[in-house]
Amino acid sequence: MIVASLAFYLFSFMAIIGALNVIFQRNPVHSVLWLIFTFFNAAGLFVLLGAEFVAMILVVVYVGAVAVLFLFVVMMLDVNVAMLREGFLRYMPVGAVIGIVLLVELAVVMGGWAFAPSAHLLSAAPTPDMAQVSNTQALGALLYTKYVYLFQVSGIILLVAMIGSIVLTLRRRPDSRKQVIADQVARRAEDTLEVVKVQTGQGVAL
Amino acid sequence: MTEGVFAIGLGHYLTVAAILFTLGIFGIFLNRKNLIVLMMSIELILLAVNINLVAFSSFLGDLVGQVFTMFVLTVAAAEAAIGLAIVVVFYRNRRSIEVEDINRMKG
Repeated sequence: MIVASLAFYLFSFMAIIGALNVIFQRNPVHSVLWLIFTFFNAAGLFVLLGAEFVAMILVVVYVGAVAVLFLFVVMMLDVNVAMLREGFLRYMPVGAVIGIVLLVELAVVMGGWAFAPSAHLLSAAPTPDMAQVSNTQALGALLYTKYVYLFQVSGIILLVAMIGSIVLTLRRRPDSRKQVIADQVARRAEDTLEVVKVQTGQGVAL
Repeated sequence: MTEGVFAIGLGHYLTVAAILFTLGIFGIFLNRKNLIVLMMSIELILLAVNINLVAFSSFLGDLVGQVFTMFVLTVAAAEAAIGLAIVVVFYRNRRSIEVEDINRMKG
C-alpha cells in the first residue's frame, strides 16, 4: 500500500514537472519530448487506478502516434526558436492571473464536494471483480455491446480526420515537371508529325 | 489501512488533474508565438480530463468512465491530426506559426 502511495506521488510529481517543462521549454522539440514524459507518467497513474487498458492505449496512441506527429511537424517547420520567445513576459501576468483564478475555483469546487450516499447505485456499468475478469475484457464487453454505435462513430471521426488532413496538406505543384504516362500513351504520330513533300527551290511554308 | 499522506483518495487524483489542467490553460496564454506548443497545451488539458474520468471510474466502480476516456482519446487524436495539418498549411502560406499572424479573415 505504501509502495502504491509512493508510486502515486512519484508519477504525479513527474507528470506535473513534465507539464511545466512542456510550457516553459525554449525549444519546441524539447517540449514534445517532455509531453511524451508527461504521458508516460499519466499512464502510470492510470495503472495505479486499475485501468491498465486505457494506460496502454495512452502510451500507444499518444506517445506512439500523436507525440510523434507533433515531433514530425515541429521538425518539418523551420521556425526561428529565438523569435518564438518574444512577448513571453508580456503574456505572463494575464496568464498567471487566469491560471491562479482557475486553480482557486477548482480547489473551491473540490473542497465543498462529496459523493451522494447513493452514488454507487446509479452506476451504469459496475466494474466486475478484477480477480475474475481482466480490465481489458470487461472494457471490451462493454464497448462492443452497449457502446457499439459510439465506437463506430469514433471510427468515422478518425476517417474524417484522416481524409481532412490529407486534403489539407496535399499540394499540387504546377511548376514541377513530372511524367504523365497517360499523355504519353495517348500520343499518336498523326497528331505531331507531318510529312511534307518539298519542291526543289520552293522551300516550305510553316 | 494506511493513514495520513499515504492514503491516496479520489481527491489526490483530482488535484493532479486540476494542476495539469491549469498548466494547460497557462500554456495557452503563454505561448502566443508558437501554435504547436499551444496545441500541446490543449493535449495537456485533455490529459487532465482523462485523469479525472479514469479516477472517478475507478473510485465509483463504474466502467463507463474508461469507455469515455477512450472516446476522448479518439477525438484528441483526430483533433491533433487536423490541427497539425492546418498548422502546416498555414506555415506554407505565411512562413510563420504565430497566433498574431492569423488575421487573414479579420475576425
